[in-house]
Amino acid sequence: MTERISTRGQLDALKARHLERLAAVKQRITVCNGTGCRACGGVEVKDALIASLACRGLSERVHVMPTGCQGYCQRGPLVTIEPSAIFYHGVKPEDADRIVVETIEGGQLVDDLLLEDPITGERVPHHDDVRFYTGQRRIVFALNGKIDPTSIGDYIAHDGYQALAKALLDMSPDSIVDEVLRAGLRGRGGAGFPTGRKWRFTRDAAGDVKYVVCNADEGDPGAFMDRSLIEATPHAVLEGMLIAARAIGACDAHIYVRAEYPLAVEHIRIAIDQARELGFIGDDVFGTGFSIDVHVMEGAGAFVCGEETALLQSIEGKRGMPRPRPPFPAQSGLWGCPTNLNNVETYANVPPIVLQGADWYAGIGTETSKGTKIFSLTGKVANNGLVEVPMGTTLRHIIFDVGGGMRDGRPFKAAQLGGPSGGCLPTELLDVPIDYESLGEHGAIMGSGGVIVLDDTTCMVNVARFFLDFTASESCGKCVPCRVGIPTMRDILIRITEGEGELEDLERLRELAELVKRSALCALGQTAPNPVLSTLRYFEDEYRAHIVDRVCPSGVCEALAPPYTIDPDVCKACDACAKACPTGAAQGMPGDPPYIIDQASCIRCGACLDACPFGAVRKGVPA
Amino acid sequence: MSDHGSSALQEEIEKAAGRPERLIHVLRRVQETVGFISPESEALVADRLGVPIGRVHGVVTFYHLFYTSPRGRHIVRLCQGTACHVGGSHRILTAIEDRLGITPGETSDDLAVTLETVACLGACALSPVMVVDEVYHGLLTPEDAVAIVDRTLEEDG
Repeated sequence: MTERISTRGQLDALKARHLERLAAVKQRITVCNGTGCRACGGVEVKDALIASLACRGLSERVHVMPTGCQGYCQRGPLVTIEPSAIFYHGVKPEDADRIVVETIEGGQLVDDLLLEDPITGERVPHHDDVRFYTGQRRIVFALNGKIDPTSIGDYIAHDGYQALAKALLDMSPDSIVDEVLRAGLRGRGGAGFPTGRKWRFTRDAAGDVKYVVCNADEGDPGAFMDRSLIEATPHAVLEGMLIAARAIGACDAHIYVRAEYPLAVEHIRIAIDQARELGFIGDDVFGTGFSIDVHVMEGAGAFVCGEETALLQSIEGKRGMPRPRPPFPAQSGLWGCPTNLNNVETYANVPPIVLQGADWYAGIGTETSKGTKIFSLTGKVANNGLVEVPMGTTLRHIIFDVGGGMRDGRPFKAAQLGGPSGGCLPTELLDVPIDYESLGEHGAIMGSGGVIVLDDTTCMVNVARFFLDFTASESCGKCVPCRVGIPTMRDILIRITEGEGELEDLERLRELAELVKRSALCALGQTAPNPVLSTLRYFEDEYRAHIVDRVCPSGVCEALAPPYTIDPDVCKACDACAKACPTGAAQGMPGDPPYIIDQASCIRCGACLDACPFGAVRKGVPA
Repeated sequence: MSDHGSSALQEEIEKAAGRPERLIHVLRRVQETVGFISPESEALVADRLGVPIGRVHGVVTFYHLFYTSPRGRHIVRLCQGTACHVGGSHRILTAIEDRLGITPGETSDDLAVTLETVACLGACALSPVMVVDEVYHGLLTPEDAVAIVDRTLEEDG
């Protein structure tokens, strides 16, 4: 009984039907079933809730809805009870009966499932009061957690495909491009190129056959907003791609998804099938003569395929090797045809822009960077997850408000922004409004929006080495600066972390970094030196400590780690350290303090430090 | 080679005949059915798709997700992304290496398990993360990780 939607009236009627369907359910329990919550048993929680409702005869009145990733993965599985928006976190399948009996039937809160605010320590009963969410402005993420990602009906009920209808029925392709241009949307994949200009180039390029490609090869370690968007609101990404196709005059679209994201692949495939059934994909969409087909291409595991020319090679079934630009894909892309390539988050911004207008959108953000940006906040911060805030928000707001401050009360040292192409920003820059320009000025980049918070237990030389290990192994090997330059820098860093560095190494690193930056073929190589340059810029003293004092101040580099000792006044002789110690270096008699650490057999792994419940283990010589 | 006789796979390969752009897709299907990509598979695919065998081998060796030797019945993939690195994933790796006696990229002699590292699994808020046979495990300690690996291997008996 599939119907094809070919007029706005039909779309509105379908929307009304789905709104009615959703309104008929008096109570709804949403359970996050994104990748993160699944890792913590989200699917089992959903099944247990369904079973518990069924055996109490409540299935008719109360519905359980699985949602896509809600971005607060660390606290998962997340359960919200509508309409009162009671918010439970860390729910286990065995909690299902309590939720049904106490909250659904009894109208009471289950206290131990309520979130504790990391700053005030108070329990927060309602979703809308959770600090992690109140500090955000969710536009792209607006429907995250509110719809079933596998239901096109849910999406349509929330104005889904209205932007496509508007773009096709009320606007000319040129005016769509102008709208996106005026909105000031810039590419969310990293470089921040104005999206409207890219669309204009592709539209104006000569050629009958043109392509739209979505880059969902989210390779930056530490970034997962694209995964979340495709998992939770696949139709929003698809709708953005369809509007782009109309704007540039394409008849074929490809979405290139990382194979490491199986759930995202599944959800985008379902979305495409549903959109095809309703006639949003296919011939003569909305009776306008616009025809489009959409294909999914699964990647095969190569970071460099996130680079646009490499990605296009990969879609053509070849090795993903970048090529020099120009010509840009807008002139010569997929199979030599003009191709518009944007990232997932960029496309997801398009429907709100078309629907609510460029002026509204341009009112959000800073002078040069409009709209919101999703950051994936991870590392040593209390709240880990996806944070959508207006451009121009400070790191301090993201980390200390939305993020709830540092984990375990440790001191903030730096935030690493932009993944392997990015840089580290120190404490002094916490109050800089973040946009494309300000980050570039301070040696970082927006990149895909990864924010990894580092504390005093992180060694900055080690962090730089970590990124170079990554880029060295992901270099495609085509150009010499990247293939040889990056491993050479990495080897210098390894020397330093192993206690064999010399002061001249700092100059060598700077010189090599500049050289690779200027001469590498593609963005992977050109930006790979950034982690080295930015740690040298802000944390040169740590490099010097490794080289001159032969000490790793944070105790990460094993060869230079300060010794571990046990404070005799604090030790309770509980034996936890001895149990954890892999070499038998932590020694003593249970119940007879103090224990000691035999420095000769200690390998400085830190297991005793983690194991001690009393904080008696100290790093470094006791004062 | 006999595995290429699987009718579904045969059909996939025939559908892609003469279409070089389907190479990566077809190789994925071959690997799903056969488990890895042998020189014979490369030759077969090259022939049907009309692609030089050198190009097929080039693609197979370029992408991390293609394997040229048989893999274990269980796959342990440990995330080495930035958040996991900062969260101590190297200690988990060491613990699992010690437990299994293999290093990343290797398969145990009895073909029970393959150990791999992956750059990022996109579950950074749960770091450190490990995926065993497609099931995610997050917020791990080295002890947890070894226990999960032990449980998986015990299921085999």
